[in-house]
Amino acid sequence: MMPMADILKAFKEYRGDAIVVPGKGARYWVDMTTRPELDVALMPTAMGGRAAFAFGLALAQPHRKVVLFDSEGDMMMGLNMLPTIAEHAPQNFYHFLLDNECYATTGGQPVPNASKIAYDVVARGAGYARTFAYDNLESFQINLERIMSGPGPVFTALKIVPEIENEPIGQRKRFVTRSREQVRQDLWKALGIAG
Amino acid sequence: MVQASEALLNPETVLAELNKNAVSHVVWLPDSETNWLYLLMKAEPSLTLVTVGREGLAFSTAAGLYFGGKTPVILIQNTGLMEAGDSLRGWGLGLNLPVVLLVGYRGWTRHGVTTDTAAVYVERFLNAFGISYYLVENNHDAPRISLAFEEARKTMRPVTVLVGDEYHGFNR
Repeated sequence: MMPMADILKAFKEYRGDAIVVPGKGARYWVDMTTRPELDVALMPTAMGGRAAFAFGLALAQPHRKVVLFDSEGDMMMGLNMLPTIAEHAPQNFYHFLLDNECYATTGGQPVPNASKIAYDVVARGAGYARTFAYDNLESFQINLERIMSGPGPVFTALKIVPEIENEPIGQRKRFVTRSREQVRQDLWKALGIAG
Repeated sequence: MVQASEALLNPETVLAELNKNAVSHVVWLPDSETNWLYLLMKAEPSLTLVTVGREGLAFSTAAGLYFGGKTPVILIQNTGLMEAGDSLRGWGLGLNLPVVLLVGYRGWTRHGVTTDTAAVYVERFLNAFGISYYLVENNHDAPRISLAFEEARKTMRPVTVLVGDEYHGFNR
């Protein structure tokens, strides 16, 4: 299993001018990013829709890479999005799954069939042309250039160390500081979209 | 008196409203009466159809499209709208999404007792979320679709069009 922060640190070298939907990775990404105007961190919205949201972005901006850091609990709730993504096959869509095998923000209860499900196989079965799975950082780092330089849609399942939270919701640190509206406005400005 | 042909809602009329409002993507899940509209939309080069497997995903997909600068519309049935409640809350209302929902009003009738619970609950559901809605039953009502787009843009909220006739394509 890999520390989430190390995965994001490795990815940072390949970010370029991609739009990034950092998901749960926002807790580290907000301090790493050099292009915050292209980051779409929107926690919390409604669980289960993160992949669909990033896919929508990819369809709307076909000439720019869109990179999603999904999490397995969210993906479980929207698993039936995978065939839709595969059907449209956006070549600019890079789908990473941060899989800690549990619902970390609710105390660490396991997700269904936590340690046995193969998400890369699920994605491949849904129709993603390129899928990968890594559980150690060295292998991930070695292959990251190949993942990012090839066409999407590509799915990469990553086993990560759980960072379990038990503090009451109201006492937890907020990693996302911009309002959702500000995030959209910053993104539109960066993309040259008239508001 | 309304002529028989005008008492129907033709799919061509709906498509014209979508074009008038510069819709780029139709995020949808088919229901039993939308086939004629589907065939027309499929043949319309300005539209991209995105079929989702469950209605809640239509909201997050539409949100992504909107954040990317496009103009999506959501086309689902009332049953699916109710299934999608938390997505409407989080992705629709939470992100100030100015999206129009074209919702098939299954069970709607002006006559007698409404027995289909999909119809019984849908307006109550929309009221619970504070979502404005317009009823469209025939071609004469079609300009209300543009009113819905206008209201969505103005209020930065989802606005619903309840389609009480569900396109009647099979009656042509």
